[in-house]
Amino acid sequence: MKRRTLLASAATALGLTLSGTAWAEGMDKVKACFVYVGPIGDGGWTYQHDQGRLAVIEKFGDKVDASTYQESVPEGADAERVLTQMALGGCNIIFTTSFGYMDATNAVAKKFPNVKFEHATGFKREAPNVSTYNARFYEGRAVEGLIAGRMTKSNKIGYIGSFPIPEVVMGINAYYLNAKKVNPDVELTVVWAYTWFDPAKEADAAKAMIEQGVDVIASHTDSTAPLAEAAKSNGAVIGFGQASDMAEYKPSPRVTSIIDNWGPYYIDRVGALLDGTYEQADVWAGIKGGEVLIGEITEAVPAEVKAEAEKLRDDIASGAYHPFTGPINKQDGSPWLAEGQTAPDGDLLGMNFYVEGISGDIPQ
Amino acid sequence: MFTLEKRPTPSKAWAWGTPFLAVALTMVAGGLLFAALGKDPFAVVRTIFWDPLFGEFARYLRGQLLVKAAPLTLIAVGLALGFRAGIWNIGAEGQYIIGAITGAAIGLAVYPTESRWIFPLMILGGAFGGWVWAMIPALLRTKFNTNEILVSLMLVYVAETILSKAATGFLRNPEGMGFPGSRSFSSYAAAGNPELIAGTGLHWGVVAALIAVIWAYVLLQRHLLGYQIKLAGQAPRAARFAGVSADRLVMLCMGMSGALAGLAGLFEVTGPAGQISIDFNVGYGFTAIIVAFLGRLNPFGILLAALLMALTYVGGEMAATNLGLPSSAIRVFQGMLLFFLLAVDLLSNYRIRLAGAAREVR
Repeated sequence: MKRRTLLASAATALGLTLSGTAWAEGMDKVKACFVYVGPIGDGGWTYQHDQGRLAVIEKFGDKVDASTYQESVPEGADAERVLTQMALGGCNIIFTTSFGYMDATNAVAKKFPNVKFEHATGFKREAPNVSTYNARFYEGRAVEGLIAGRMTKSNKIGYIGSFPIPEVVMGINAYYLNAKKVNPDVELTVVWAYTWFDPAKEADAAKAMIEQGVDVIASHTDSTAPLAEAAKSNGAVIGFGQASDMAEYKPSPRVTSIIDNWGPYYIDRVGALLDGTYEQADVWAGIKGGEVLIGEITEAVPAEVKAEAEKLRDDIASGAYHPFTGPINKQDGSPWLAEGQTAPDGDLLGMNFYVEGISGDIPQ
Repeated sequence: MFTLEKRPTPSKAWAWGTPFLAVALTMVAGGLLFAALGKDPFAVVRTIFWDPLFGEFARYLRGQLLVKAAPLTLIAVGLALGFRAGIWNIGAEGQYIIGAITGAAIGLAVYPTESRWIFPLMILGGAFGGWVWAMIPALLRTKFNTNEILVSLMLVYVAETILSKAATGFLRNPEGMGFPGSRSFSSYAAAGNPELIAGTGLHWGVVAALIAVIWAYVLLQRHLLGYQIKLAGQAPRAARFAGVSADRLVMLCMGMSGALAGLAGLFEVTGPAGQISIDFNVGYGFTAIIVAFLGRLNPFGILLAALLMALTYVGGEMAATNLGLPSSAIRVFQGMLLFFLLAVDLLSNYRIRLAGAAREVR
């Protein structure tokens, strides 16, 4: 409950600073370390975090040592050991870049109060040296949804979900709502892969949907496999770059992409540590803050659809439009948002329901 | 130029010598690999094999070796019993998962009752869950003559699906705001498996692993069943004449290995892992197969092999983080270990002769 009230009180939620301890003195040199859930070569999620790490090195040069990272760390007991080793090894700030590291991050943070921990996509900040950060990927999903609704010929669109956690459910809802807005006949198929990175499973999920007649596929997993599968359809099926631009699939099947851009945040945090302004934080930025970028919309998309999508992107950035704007009912028909009301962040971060019109159940 | 000559009996000296030779060869070949990646091979090999034991952070890392080695030992000891009898349980990973789920479910069902009987009951539940999961391939083999390798392996994927269901559904923390994962056992004392002595890594699973090693040793050396297991593996026909029931042996060996894998899962979920989560299993059940062979299917050998394997994991991680090695290089390194072990295994059954020299002798 603590998180809900906390977020509700922060209407902007952008760069929200908690009443934490500020580390008044700066540092001469910062050792920044990174824990990755997949291999850097995944071309998606982990690759983008590593781009952020490289951006830190480029920005601060000799004042930072960001050479320490560990790929493919399982979410569980192993994460705790890796974090402890990093803390013992002299890291000043450790970025843990997957939801599943939440408990390990908090447990290790309590043992090393002088090391700063930054946990991506989590909500637990049990020690004053734990900060969390995330991006409003659902904003990008809204843009994808609009393109999907306009582009589908079969009126069947698909979504490859990783795990049924709020982060993913909110992406599915945003995608569907904004597709339906431009195409009331659209139907959504969701397939759960139960993995963040498994090209074979992701390809199977895409294949299964294509066989059912789905012709626009969005994915919430990290590899390029769904796009590779769509590419076999000779242009009949399109998809989106996920986490990374995935430009090698341009102009089709990849018609646009959601690009995670962690560099500015990482530079900001390491910089704050260097100059002594570091404070505990919970940051949730989106298109406006530059954490979520919409990749180039290719010529495979008609000019008017492209213009419409770009306007949606700009409206979200300016705050003129919120992807979750009422009236919206939940799947069972009960009202969620009234006319004109926008979704509070607390509702989004705990989202465990589909909106009206999506068939199927969230795995329970 | 060289010829292989089969030894009349396998060489005892080489049977014990080959694991060490395999480790040495792995170090050399791994060193070449690391050198090709532009790293100092000596620094890498030292980081993997020396630093976790005697390096700067050894106090912490030695405990982590126990944490890593305990489930490997428990599972491998059980597997070795079957492997000795020619019964191939490849699905220990699945039995490990199911054991963790059944054991954890008992604890979670009575949350937040505090009673000292809860944890022992969960241990029984964990062993039972693993046993049941192993009984499926065992029954299918004895009744329908299916291949237990395939069935037990396929059941791993079924178990993983059940695990996802448990983490997102029936065992999900009702106070977790919809996020997958069960309640944490570290904050539920009656069902938790904390460190027995802080900072040592010693938990009940380590104790159980040591007991299992001694138990399996006694079983194999002193008990009739142990004799039958060895006989069935070395001379199946002779075993049949001696009245050993093959079906009974399959049920017993599969059952014991399943129960031990289930135990490993239970100790892991209540201790180091701390909760049922979607990615709870990290491959101990498969790595234990390597450990079993590396340890020559001997309980004490397995204990040493598990510690060695734990060393490559913990040290490998150190090398990856501190020296910037890609994680796949570490995995190749671990794979080399099994490869060289199987390769030099040849030496215990064959001897190498120079073709010319052999002729002269004749």
